[in-house]
Amino acid sequence: MSGGATIRARRMRWLRIGRLSPLKLGAAILLTWLLVALLAPMIAPHDPIYQDAAVRLQPPSWAHPLGTDNFGRDMLSRVIWGSRIDLQIALFGVVFPFILGTVIGSIAGFFGGWVDMVFMRVIDVVLAFPFLVLMLAIITIIGPGLYSFYIAMALVGWVSYARLIRAQFLVLKNSDFAMAAVSLGYSNTRVMFRHIMPNAILSSVVFSMSDAVLVLLNGAAISYLGLGVQPPVAEWGVMIAEGQGFITSAWWITTFPGIAIVTLAMGFSLMADGLGEALGVRE
Amino acid sequence: MSEAPVLSVENLSVAYEGAGAAHTIIDNVSFTLGRGEILGIVGESGSGKSMTCRALIRLLPSSLLRVTGGAVRLAGGQDVMALSPRDLTRVRGRRIGMIFQNPASHLDPVMTIGRQIAESIRHHHKVGRKEAWARMLDILRQVGIPDPESRANAYTHEFSGGMRQRAMIAVALACDPEILIADEPTTALDVTVQAQILRLLLQLRDERGLSIIFITHDLGVVYQLCDKVAVMYAGRICEYGPKDEVIHHPRHHYTAGLIACQPGTTGDSGPVHTIAGQPPGAGDMPSGCRFHPRCQAADAACAAHQPPLEEAEPGHARACHHPLGTRMEARA
Repeated sequence: MSGGATIRARRMRWLRIGRLSPLKLGAAILLTWLLVALLAPMIAPHDPIYQDAAVRLQPPSWAHPLGTDNFGRDMLSRVIWGSRIDLQIALFGVVFPFILGTVIGSIAGFFGGWVDMVFMRVIDVVLAFPFLVLMLAIITIIGPGLYSFYIAMALVGWVSYARLIRAQFLVLKNSDFAMAAVSLGYSNTRVMFRHIMPNAILSSVVFSMSDAVLVLLNGAAISYLGLGVQPPVAEWGVMIAEGQGFITSAWWITTFPGIAIVTLAMGFSLMADGLGEALGVRE
Repeated sequence: MSEAPVLSVENLSVAYEGAGAAHTIIDNVSFTLGRGEILGIVGESGSGKSMTCRALIRLLPSSLLRVTGGAVRLAGGQDVMALSPRDLTRVRGRRIGMIFQNPASHLDPVMTIGRQIAESIRHHHKVGRKEAWARMLDILRQVGIPDPESRANAYTHEFSGGMRQRAMIAVALACDPEILIADEPTTALDVTVQAQILRLLLQLRDERGLSIIFITHDLGVVYQLCDKVAVMYAGRICEYGPKDEVIHHPRHHYTAGLIACQPGTTGDSGPVHTIAGQPPGAGDMPSGCRFHPRCQAADAACAAHQPPLEEAEPGHARACHHPLGTRMEARA
């Protein structure tokens, strides 16, 4: 156990910048992107969808620090405005599966028996399909767009949370403090929701941070495939998709949104590591 | 003890109903507890001490365990075994409180100590948030936690071992129970802290008239703390009586063996005494007296018939065909 801890500490040491812990660094990155998203109308130098044919495919310059794309749109403004959409994707893409999975997982772990059996078999069925294929199928049925993406995300993503919460409930249901709570005359529901739930949910909170990374990349992938955010809205995945035809002549169209995705994902990832360490949760 | 006991246990039995056969784990255990009395239940690991006490409030650790007979009567005549689930929650905590060996794992790790105690108060008494908080601080002071105003906002892991045990006692006392079941509360603590906790329990008994069932394997603790002792072996009570009687004049060979096992009781500095053999498992209980395979005085009668728990002297009962003391007196 101490060996694992040293390896973990060693692995994370290079991530420390000065005295910044992963948690603080991750929080700082997320906060920065949040500020960028909130202040987008004030800090973006141009309209993100304004097309200026005179400045098509310009490399980075003082007028356009991140260059322009094939429609002459300012890349810096598009990356800034894109943060609004991508943060929203990370948020809703995690929150809905989190809620759905927590409710179902706690019911399954709490009641056990046939209720648990039924939910577990449903989870098996969902897991039997490749994640992306199932999402594409659902989005195809209800039609492309951001809302379809959220619905598909909730319908597919809840299984991880449900399994996590259920496992925690099964362990904590028989824990000493749950038994002690029963010995104080508390009802089953009180023990479950006042004492077990706050303990069970910790690992889900940590997981949700690393899940946000996957959701973000998923959102970008779905948009890249043309089923998520529709052009001309600025979203990083869409921008990468649009720029890929020019990758050899205009690298900046794909590179900067790519860097944006990577930093945001790293922010979530560092948060997950830091939170896990702070809350004593092992994934 | 002329007034009615606050708790009387009559022929309580618990069985394990696993695959196939049912095994009786707790066999016809009876005892009474008077107001302000401290009863010690002593025995080896696995002798059924904890199980007996869990059974008192129907808190058996597995669904395969079942109370198969007996009654647990509270003052007023209610039988805990016959209560509806709803009434049971009013007895648990409110009339019978419980504290455990390992406070670190029996306290909620993500709720502050103060909130856990206040929750317990508000659950059993109809009081407001502020009133509950004030009472909580009062209880923390009573169990000897210094600076309760700031310690109330601490979490379990921020407390030391002794403080955690005090906190758990505070949680149990918050509902003001008549009876406190203490399941080896000092086993995990070092001796000085153990002495403090024992003093605290005595003080609570004197101030509140609390009746305590104290489970332990440490006869020294029993001697310091208890008024009465029940010695358990393999799910049965083999000797039961006032502390001084049982410890100074043990009648059962098992009790005598336990006393001889205490380091330093015999005065010599030779090797520590042991009782040869192992306590039996739930599946292979010996016939007759369950102690007979390990008993030096055992004969055919011991293997054939279970000796009844009889009073030899008033208040001092033993379940043995060849009790110590009386036998020697007969010889003399």
